[in-house]
Amino acid sequence: MPKLTINGSEIQVPEGRSVLEACREHDIPVPTLCYHPALEPYGACRLCMVEASSPPRPPRLVASCVHPCEEGAVIETDSEAVRKSRRTTIELLLAGAHNDPMLLALAEEYGVKEIRFTLPEEDLCVLCGLCVRACREIVGVGAISLINRGMARKVSTPFQIASSTCIACGTCVLICPTDAIKLKDITHFHSVHGSDSEFERVYCQICDDVDLSPVVIQDVDVLIGTTIEKEVDRD
Amino acid sequence: MQIPVSEIHEIIDREADDEGSIISALEKVQQHYRYLPKEALILASQRLGVPLSQAYAVATFYNAFSLKPKGKYCLQICMGTACHVRGSPQLLDQMETKFNIKAGETTPDHLFTLETVNCLGACALGPIVVVNDEYSGQMTVQKSDALMKRLIRKEGLD
Amino acid sequence: MASIHTAQELDTWRESLAAKVNPDLPLITVCGGTGCRVYGSEQVWTAFQDELTNQKADARLNYDVKVTGCHGFCEKGPLVVIRPQGIMYTNVKVSDVAEIVGETIAKNKVIERLLYVDPQTNEEIKCEQDVPFYKHQHRLILGLNGLLDPTRIEEYISQGGFDSLKKVLTSLSPDDVIEEMKKSGLRGRGGAGFPTGFKWELCRQQPGDVKYVICNADEGDPGAYMDRSIMEGNPHLVLEGMIIGAYAMGAKQGYVYIRNEYPLAVKHLRLAISQAEDVGLLGENILDSGFDFTVKIKLGSGAFVCGEETALIASIEGQIGEPRPRPPYPAEFGLWGKPTNINNVKSWASVPIIIDKGSDWYASIGTETSKGTVIFSVVGNINNTGLVEVPIGISLRELIFDIGGGIPNGKSFKAAQIGGPSGGCIPAEHLDIPIDYESLQSLGAIMGSGGLVVADEDTCMVDFAAYFMRFTQEESCGKCVPCRVGTKAMLETLERICAGDGRPGDVDYLIELGEEIKRSSLCGLGQTAPNPVLSTIRYFRDEYEAHIVDKTCPAKVCKGLITYSVIEENCTGCMVCLRNCPEGAIQGKKKEVHVIDAAICTRCGMCMSVCKFDAILVE
Repeated sequence: MPKLTINGSEIQVPEGRSVLEACREHDIPVPTLCYHPALEPYGACRLCMVEASSPPRPPRLVASCVHPCEEGAVIETDSEAVRKSRRTTIELLLAGAHNDPMLLALAEEYGVKEIRFTLPEEDLCVLCGLCVRACREIVGVGAISLINRGMARKVSTPFQIASSTCIACGTCVLICPTDAIKLKDITHFHSVHGSDSEFERVYCQICDDVDLSPVVIQDVDVLIGTTIEKEVDRD
Repeated sequence: MQIPVSEIHEIIDREADDEGSIISALEKVQQHYRYLPKEALILASQRLGVPLSQAYAVATFYNAFSLKPKGKYCLQICMGTACHVRGSPQLLDQMETKFNIKAGETTPDHLFTLETVNCLGACALGPIVVVNDEYSGQMTVQKSDALMKRLIRKEGLD
Repeated sequence: MASIHTAQELDTWRESLAAKVNPDLPLITVCGGTGCRVYGSEQVWTAFQDELTNQKADARLNYDVKVTGCHGFCEKGPLVVIRPQGIMYTNVKVSDVAEIVGETIAKNKVIERLLYVDPQTNEEIKCEQDVPFYKHQHRLILGLNGLLDPTRIEEYISQGGFDSLKKVLTSLSPDDVIEEMKKSGLRGRGGAGFPTGFKWELCRQQPGDVKYVICNADEGDPGAYMDRSIMEGNPHLVLEGMIIGAYAMGAKQGYVYIRNEYPLAVKHLRLAISQAEDVGLLGENILDSGFDFTVKIKLGSGAFVCGEETALIASIEGQIGEPRPRPPYPAEFGLWGKPTNINNVKSWASVPIIIDKGSDWYASIGTETSKGTVIFSVVGNINNTGLVEVPIGISLRELIFDIGGGIPNGKSFKAAQIGGPSGGCIPAEHLDIPIDYESLQSLGAIMGSGGLVVADEDTCMVDFAAYFMRFTQEESCGKCVPCRVGTKAMLETLERICAGDGRPGDVDYLIELGEEIKRSSLCGLGQTAPNPVLSTIRYFRDEYEAHIVDKTCPAKVCKGLITYSVIEENCTGCMVCLRNCPEGAIQGKKKEVHVIDAAICTRCGMCMSVCKFDAILVE
């Protein structure tokens, strides 16, 4: 049970906690974008930076979502160095996602006065990778990934066309912090990634209102021996 | 181009040794066809048990991979520091103008692909131009012009 | 090939190999480094062989000729050294071969026109070791590069190769080895300078039977090529270091992660591994010690970020080269989640030398805090481009002027960029600084992987900084925000300044943003990416201001701030520039003065580089 000091108060946390988790447990606010408690931490958005000093080493900025609670560590979550780092990160995030309300609220909170650099095209996706990780870690499908690199990076299905593995479960839509992924609802079909991927809408006969993908239908069929009625047939 | 599935399988099988083999396998496919056919990505992902989304991410992340067929002649201009200070950007300008394509592109007749590379590690020879693995060192505008003319003549386009 | 099962057998084999060498037989070594190969050294080697077989029977001369690894003096290739005298010939052509055999080998006569001429004294220098380029060096790691045929393990063995491994496996415990490494003071030669012995100890202390050692040969710094030369010229040295390290840390499997842009290095390394396996120096129960170890090669696929430890591991695992946060460090949680130790090629290559000569000896080279030698690839505006191995602590002035031969074309030294895209520049006022980890850091540069780019007075430091920024920006993996977007913001600002659209406040913005990118980025790439910009601002802020305020580029490089015109009195109307101008911006008739249309001119500089009469003016 390591003991550490956060913002002047000494706290004790169970083994294996990250600094962010410790903060959350003690109601210390730390902004995050790429963090989700159900997923492995990723350390990409750099909004959750805090100042950590483990004497005799001088204080340095660490991403609290991935930084372990170390015995004797002294953490500052709202020092000027922290605020400065967050200000810069927020300003850089707004370079593409100019109008995202959540980012604009953060900008207000941290006193970002002007956006000195903007990207030519607005893009709500801030590449936090939550959708990709949720699809892989929670849904277990891995239909999407982060493709290309650097500024060309984006979330995409293989070959940027309709995915044969996407089950259109919508987890990516729900988890996206900036609403960059839209669920399209077209009669009889819904589509998640790009306009090309369309999935025949099918309903489970038992509960009658759960969408199932063709892949799942086969599995359910085998498992419970029912036949799934396609929505098309009900019309 | 028709890609024989069995041939791709063979290439991938030779590399399938541990979980990380996807990159080696794709490297061999790239070497063989000089690009990554879509079929190869799908086959490699199935054979090696890697999600297709990961195979595609890998194929688009690393510079060595190309999803589009490359030209018959691949001209690489080294953009390492030594080559840069000795004038490689000028050579690039010249080639882009000559072939009317940008770096990373292939001429519509599929003859020439123009690429930049980050340091080939032969800095004393800068600027360096590599044509299909053959190095030409201490290039000048004149030498590179002659090089391009030679290739064009070889293809009977002159 | 022999099969070596015990230390005794290794000794016996070495003795039998040594017995076969005739010390009186002249030995011609032809440099087979990539540089010399491009100049035609392979053809020169073939010519020497042909000469040997074509000689008339009555006047037969016997000699041995072999292709060795890189000699380092790439500027003057192909290099040929005739031993035992050590006579060095430069720029040797196939047509020179018969004469070399007929004169130097047969009559011991030196061919003067092939000797190296010192540009400073105009003196011809006969022997390799007297050439200033070599004289001031201390070649430990590169020591055998010019002597060995790297494709034959026998040559390495006969020069004492694998003797350190024998010493380790027969008389030292893993802890003894780590103690030796700690005492030697060797610091990671990949750039960060973390003490190697402590890194090994950390890995050794981890629980578990499965551990890995990795050789980081993903040399990505644009302008550094020493790792390539070591692997091309002496791959067994690297392997021996890895085997010793694996023994010390308890690893059974090693990987070499090497750039696929280095085909010759890959070839030699593959050969070295298979030869070591064949003789039994890799595999099971090495030298009857009960220790097993194998090495696999993994090819990098063109991503600079994979030089970062965690990205490199991800890449070996078949993922995209995306770094992950540390801790946990690879020593605790590395490849496939197992304890893993990653060292650079130069660090591994130093290991057998330290074991052989002893840690005290090694620690006597260098400075108080930085021990041993360091290899620089000295490139850019310098007379002697090449690989230079020097004791840590040598002054920058010695490196650039005594070894590097100074700046060509009578130009003056402006700055040296040390540490490539992660490093910083050192201006003329600090030429006497000793090159060690701490001194460089205090000036805003880093030791890095050993790239040293010399800039002369004609280099625009803003353009120079933009070059490195463009490099890191293109190589950013895109995972974390400060590096992905921040480097783009810095690059666009720099490009705006170079284009003449700089605004007041730009320099402060670059400093502010650069500092935050350094502090907030996830991995070493982002944490060091702003360095070239910050250090050029530190020493050459006036140049930035000139671009922004006066809208001039003092070095006359930045296209948006210069114009080309024809100097009427020099122009002969030869039409060469006109024909070469890619934009058709030059007008004029034969034997009449040409005119450049500034509206069409893209300032590519083509006219200037083709004009034989100095008739193009840039201002």
